Amino acid sequence: MKIAVPTSGKTLESQVDNRFGRASGFVVFNTEDGTFVYADNSQNLNAAQGAGTQASQNVAGTGAGVVIAPSYGPNAFKVLNSVGIKTFISAPGTVKENIDNYIAGKLSETDAANVEGHW
Amino acid sequence: MRIAVASGKGGTGKTTVAVALAMASSEPVVYADCDVEEPNGSIFLRPEVYKTEKVLVEVPVINEEKCTSCGKCARFCRFNALVSLGTPPLVFPELCHSCGGCAIVCPADAISWTGNTIGEISLGKADGGRVSVVQGKLNVGSVLAPPVIRQVKSHIPHDGFSVIDCPPGTSCPVIEAIGESDYVLLVTEPTPFGLHDLKLAVNTVRELGLPFSVVINRFDEGDRGVEEYCSQENIHIMVKIPHRRAMAETYSRGGTLLDGIPEMREVFKDIPRIIERGIEEK
Repeated sequence: MKIAVPTSGKTLESQVDNRFGRASGFVVFNTEDGTFVYADNSQNLNAAQGAGTQASQNVAGTGAGVVIAPSYGPNAFKVLNSVGIKTFISAPGTVKENIDNYIAGKLSETDAANVEGHW
Repeated sequence: MRIAVASGKGGTGKTTVAVALAMASSEPVVYADCDVEEPNGSIFLRPEVYKTEKVLVEVPVINEEKCTSCGKCARFCRFNALVSLGTPPLVFPELCHSCGGCAIVCPADAISWTGNTIGEISLGKADGGRVSVVQGKLNVGSVLAPPVIRQVKSHIPHDGFSVIDCPPGTSCPVIEAIGESDYVLLVTEPTPFGLHDLKLAVNTVRELGLPFSVVINRFDEGDRGVEEYCSQENIHIMVKIPHRRAMAETYSRGGTLLDGIPEMREVFKDIPRIIERGIEEK
């Protein structure tokens, strides 16, 4: 399974970005072989609107089944939910720490958007 | 004659000036509140509302029988209002700008239209029926101010005196609100922020080719930057409104400039005549 985490860097040691839609990219970790790839999201950094819907589309394109991010707006959540991607809430820290915590069952899943829409 | 009251910076006194213009006149006047993200002229004019109407914009509806899930519509949409993940697209109506492009690029003729409510217009009468108040209000979460402003303007007769209370800034909603006006009053304050945004507003109004002048609110506070700029640029200063504690007190209770500083009544009553003469001379 693949896990996507928004980040301002490009590695497992990078910090989790505090935004989902406007993160500069996602580290996508493959739990089966322990490898990861970086998926660029920079076109959404300055999008006038709709960053959440587009970032979700990018994440879906990576084949991720799980996202770990601090917050999800209503549009992002709607897109992720529509394709069955699970949404977990991250804690401050690195990508790797959050993935480890997810695998250890320490992160909680959200079944709804947990922030208001924002532009 | 249609006078638009605009400003670069918000909070300089557009509504104060626009309400004063409407209330100082003895003629019938239309007060059009085009500051649709936060219309507040009615707080001071207290109109009796006799009619409201919805503002609708067209948004796409996907016919899932016809849709081939090709995703062309979603790739075309500049406003990220459509998302396709190998499935018929999800539609996000509040992000849609109603450009119609998705239906044009759809090869399967799978897109039709439905109305999405983005705001409301209210029509009322104030000051014993002399002042007609048209107010537009954009729904919270909607991003499209211009269609609401257009619908407000559709209620303004072409003849007679009207005052447009514009949104702040210099972006699309302001251009929409100012368009078709005969004259623009730019309200500013004598501060570096006021001056900075006044320059942006002046450039905008010059680009539109409209005659304009400046109103300086609380002119006796702050610095002389705005007056020096107007003098350099040969811009007429129509009114300088003094800073008075009585005005602040009156305003906080919903009173107008004319209540707070009574000697402003004659000044504001003369403004339409001064503008008319100025326009005729040119």
